Amino acid sequence: MNNIEKRQEYRALFKQNVQKRLIVDKIVRIIIISCVIAAIIPLGSILLEVFKNGIAAISMEFITQVPGSVGSGTGGVGPAIQGTLIVVGLASLMGVPIGVLSGIFLSEFGDNRLARSVRFFNDVFMEFPSIVLGIFAFLVIVLVLGHFSVWAGAFALALIMFPIIARTTEESLKMVPVTYREAGMALGLRKWVVTMRIVIAAAKEGMVTGIMLSVARIGGETAPLIMTILGSSLFFANMNTPMDALPLRIWRLSMLPYESAQLQGWGAALVLIFIILGINLGLRTLVLHKKETMEILKTLKEKIGGRK
Amino acid sequence: MITSETYSKSQISSDPFENDSEKYKMIAENVTISYGGVPAVKDVSMKFKEKSVTALIGPSGCGKTTFLRCLNRMHDMTKNAKVEGKVMIDGIDLYSKEIDPIYHRRKVGMVFQKPNPFPTMSIFDNVTAGLRLNGVRDKRILNEIVEDTLKMAYLWDEVKNDLKKPAVELSGGQQQRLCIARALAIQPEVLLMDEPASALDPIATQKIEETINELKKEFTIIIVTHNMQQAVRVSDYTGFMYLGDLIEFRKTKKLFTDPKNDLTAKYVQGQFG
Repeated sequence: MNNIEKRQEYRALFKQNVQKRLIVDKIVRIIIISCVIAAIIPLGSILLEVFKNGIAAISMEFITQVPGSVGSGTGGVGPAIQGTLIVVGLASLMGVPIGVLSGIFLSEFGDNRLARSVRFFNDVFMEFPSIVLGIFAFLVIVLVLGHFSVWAGAFALALIMFPIIARTTEESLKMVPVTYREAGMALGLRKWVVTMRIVIAAAKEGMVTGIMLSVARIGGETAPLIMTILGSSLFFANMNTPMDALPLRIWRLSMLPYESAQLQGWGAALVLIFIILGINLGLRTLVLHKKETMEILKTLKEKIGGRK
Repeated sequence: MITSETYSKSQISSDPFENDSEKYKMIAENVTISYGGVPAVKDVSMKFKEKSVTALIGPSGCGKTTFLRCLNRMHDMTKNAKVEGKVMIDGIDLYSKEIDPIYHRRKVGMVFQKPNPFPTMSIFDNVTAGLRLNGVRDKRILNEIVEDTLKMAYLWDEVKNDLKKPAVELSGGQQQRLCIARALAIQPEVLLMDEPASALDPIATQKIEETINELKKEFTIIIVTHNMQQAVRVSDYTGFMYLGDLIEFRKTKKLFTDPKNDLTAKYVQGQFG
């Protein structure tokens, strides 16, 4: 009897503040939605502004030609586009494998003192101002070689890249439930097979996101490139001469006192955004929808073959 | 509540194989398993006869699963877990330093309590994972094994037309039977099952039990179960565990009809647990 009365009391407790809880629920919901909007407004307005100002500058000439004479508003950012693709590509070739492998090490074999210190330095590294890494690349490569170098640029960007990838890889691998690892081990698979074929397959999406974040980050880096590839008005010649890149070009164009140059700066910014977006979508489709992509390619091939 | 003080170790009888010269597939000798210094299994010795079914029963937290996992060296992956004692399989100590556990895990299949199919793989790929990732590429053999093991696990009829479907789209019970097929696909000699039927409906449970009875002809099976009727139905030998001790280990019929230990008697009569 006593118990039943108590329970009635508890139930009454729950009932009495329903109204209040509904209001709190609404308030929290409003706060969350306004936060999202507050975060989207700057992002949206930047994109809109770049698009609005930049679209007028874009033409075939703009994306393929070398810059014209200063202030003439002619020519384009061809070398900068080429340079960005080269330096980001090279940096990714260095930074992605190192980052992914360190992430795997930290997550799957990371229960020891070595890993704990690697994790600590990795986190410190991630917070380094990029210009410091640029100066480092300048000191160890540019000064030693005696000239600006594409390698130095890629090296500086790779240094920015790999701690981000290592961290995101580690976090996404840790999200994979231990039961999958157990199931793999119980099948008599070696640990690296379980890691590479089962755990990574389950963590792919997070890892790709991490890689994309880092590509976007280095795609827009300016400071380390000033110290390493300097900038140029010509197309890529060899690894040992200065080279242009979009952030460098945007920076130079926007500093010029000519309206036509500033317009080109907006245009270059828009091109950079499109390149990052393109890499992002491309990589995502390739890695996450491999099967579908292969099927689409196959049908395309068949169609083209059929026409012949 | 029965505490560990209310029974004495002298009561424990743990050899159902009095003066016989049976062939044992696995032998566990004085196995103690502790997590961070706290023992979960205390000095357990058991023998598992070849081509027999041994059930481990006991209330929750008594160490059944912990003990089962040590037979496959699954504690290697658990931080803080320490295994002492000997586990012999075909006369070789699984825990000796020179032994690579990989080869023994290939002899010992395991089915876990919760179904855990690989989330990124299809049904076919799940069943063949242990083979493909160990280098078996022959399509004909893989196809044969998939059909064979899925039939053994009573899943074939339900999935034979969608082998390419992602495994996670199956129902819980189907996933568990898939995991059984996956464990069987590596052609183990011993099968460890950790409450394999706890997520299944009565019909699927019955099918699994039929499977176990069928598999017994070829495999040595060790099964942890909460369900005493199940232990009676499928097992030849039963070990009753309580608070980390193996209290009584005898032929199933004898353990249930004529328990020597008071605690066993109370448990099998459903007086606690």
